[in-house]
Amino acid sequence: MSPFLNEISTVLVFGLAYAMLLFIISVGLSITMGLMGFANLAHGSFAMMGGYVTVTLVTQSGVPFAAALLISFVAIALLSIPFERFLYRHLYRRSELDQVLLTIGLVFASIAGVTFIWGPDPQLIQMPNYLKGSVDLGFNTFPKYRIFMIIAGAMIVAGLFYGLERTKIGAQIRAAVDNRTMAESVGINTDRLFTWTFALGSGMAALGGGLGIQILGGIKPVFAFEYLVIFLIVVAVGGMGNIRGTFFAALILGIIDFAGKFYFPEGGAFVIFAVTILVLLIRPQGLLGKN
Amino acid sequence: MKKFVAMSLVAVAFTIITVKATEAREYKIGFIGPMSGGAAQLGQQMKRGAKLYMKLHKDQLGKHTIKMIVRDSKRPGGPIAKAAAQELITREKVELITGLIFSPNAMSVAPLVNKSKTPVVIMNAGTTFIPNMSPHMVRVSFTMWQAGVIIGEHAASNLNCKTAVAGYTNYPPGKDSINAFRHGFEGKGGKVVDEIPMGGPGKVPDFTPFFQRAKSKKPNCLYVFVPAGNHAAAVAKTYQALAMRKAGIRLIGPGDITQDTQLQGMGSAAVGLVTAHHYHMFLKSAENQAFVKAWKAEYGANNPPDFVGVGGYDGMAAVYAAIRAANGSKLTSAIAMKALKGWKFESPRGPIMIDPETRDIIQNIYISIVRKKGGMLVQETQKTFKAVKDKCKELKLGKCGKKLY
Repeated sequence: MSPFLNEISTVLVFGLAYAMLLFIISVGLSITMGLMGFANLAHGSFAMMGGYVTVTLVTQSGVPFAAALLISFVAIALLSIPFERFLYRHLYRRSELDQVLLTIGLVFASIAGVTFIWGPDPQLIQMPNYLKGSVDLGFNTFPKYRIFMIIAGAMIVAGLFYGLERTKIGAQIRAAVDNRTMAESVGINTDRLFTWTFALGSGMAALGGGLGIQILGGIKPVFAFEYLVIFLIVVAVGGMGNIRGTFFAALILGIIDFAGKFYFPEGGAFVIFAVTILVLLIRPQGLLGKN
Repeated sequence: MKKFVAMSLVAVAFTIITVKATEAREYKIGFIGPMSGGAAQLGQQMKRGAKLYMKLHKDQLGKHTIKMIVRDSKRPGGPIAKAAAQELITREKVELITGLIFSPNAMSVAPLVNKSKTPVVIMNAGTTFIPNMSPHMVRVSFTMWQAGVIIGEHAASNLNCKTAVAGYTNYPPGKDSINAFRHGFEGKGGKVVDEIPMGGPGKVPDFTPFFQRAKSKKPNCLYVFVPAGNHAAAVAKTYQALAMRKAGIRLIGPGDITQDTQLQGMGSAAVGLVTAHHYHMFLKSAENQAFVKAWKAEYGANNPPDFVGVGGYDGMAAVYAAIRAANGSKLTSAIAMKALKGWKFESPRGPIMIDPETRDIIQNIYISIVRKKGGMLVQETQKTFKAVKDKCKELKLGKCGKKLY
């Protein structure tokens, strides 16, 4: 029951839960930027759409929370495919400015769209009973949802690592990130690979959007912008296209962000930026990024 | 040349005569509020309140009419509101400015109207010293000190709070609010053990780190100020998620944390919250019941009014009073201020009056508790403080005692 143990465990558990959320949403962005060299600022919009799909399924149709998360994962992954095929594809070889202009336009359109349908208020959901309340560990109590977030996050991380390191498609993705021309010349269909990876990344973002509803105080139209900066920071600090790097970056930034706000509420929100500047000064390519 | 002068004299005389004859006149007024972005719902509520008053009191201006020009202040900060006010004054030539949700919006408008001498009716912005920034401003909403002092005293005297942590959104009304709370709370023997700034008003933060910090200080009460709007639901949810009630910490605050439009979304998290505020939609007065009924008839049963809506409604009543005083002539600040100093009105929130000395609102403050009734969350008034004046200005504390123009 020492206050020290209490504080440390608070920072670690809450920081870790936030880190998992950051990772789940950012990893797709990291892959798109690393693999396709595409600056997809609309990534946050896919996360937001996922949140809205989840909310609507739970509150309007009475779908259980876990099932709603899966449905929104699939729905947004499918939705993202035509975007990749018909919009993004044309800009892969264009300048970053063109890419940014297109995707920022999509962000505006998505914000206006969800405001039109769901209104400007944040949408909240009631959690199922098994995620309500808190767990008492003796030295500290934690909301069940945060514990769930950590476990769900850990499972997703493990699944992703396994998929990328141990499966054929994972090997193809890694090969394409490293050297696209070479990958193509050994017969990997990078076009199709891009589409599937993009869909996977968008689906992950949607999953994160759904999981984040409870932690981020509901889902709302400005979500697509509000959290974009932090997702980009995670990707930059981790190194583009590097999943391991994105994970460590999310871990470090999530925990430091929470600790900063907990110990120095006055300036805590800026700690994360200071860390970002520091990391990028020492390693401009990110923690595990390649030059 | 002589002929020209004579003709212009005739023309001038003619205009004077027509004005004197109280021909029907269209009064252009500017309305500044967040109509897009994260706070759009507040702008919408305020505008709905104003429009409802106009609809229900169409005939009160005689043959004169109002043209309300709406401008978007987007964010809680100053610059966009200021640009909007400038445009309204110089290009649209409005005769009065109203609206103004966030304190920095109102503060940034003050220097402009001090030059143009345009009267301003503040419908929301609550930082206590704002009316001191311009002799052309009146406020019909509230001051942070009205609710802050009362809930502070109530917490120490009636809620068994000996220690409290005060968390606030870090911008002018937040600091104002916790100063008021501390004044009331420590005046009755309580002790504020920690003050936690909880991010800015522009975006709703994750309150967890701040509330965990508060929890680690083990206070009896947690006083929270957040701006009206999305913050409130997140506050109640976080309070519940962190099992703070079980830890023996009571959540209190001004009524922003139980804003009527946000209340139902909070679920059981809100039950038992005690707040001090000048309005909630469950007030029993005949005026309020008629108001709530008219509101719901106009905007739908699922769109309740709240204190922001009442601010818009009462603000428009004040604008009407000013226009009636002008009665066809130009609506100058002198006319508006003369009409509004000491102005009285039976508002849905109870009787209100503009203090002739400070141009600020005098009104009832209600201590209320949230209860669950028939599956709905309602607020019950536990105590009424009548005709509350702003204490900060009465005691002339800090900026409240100074002329800021």
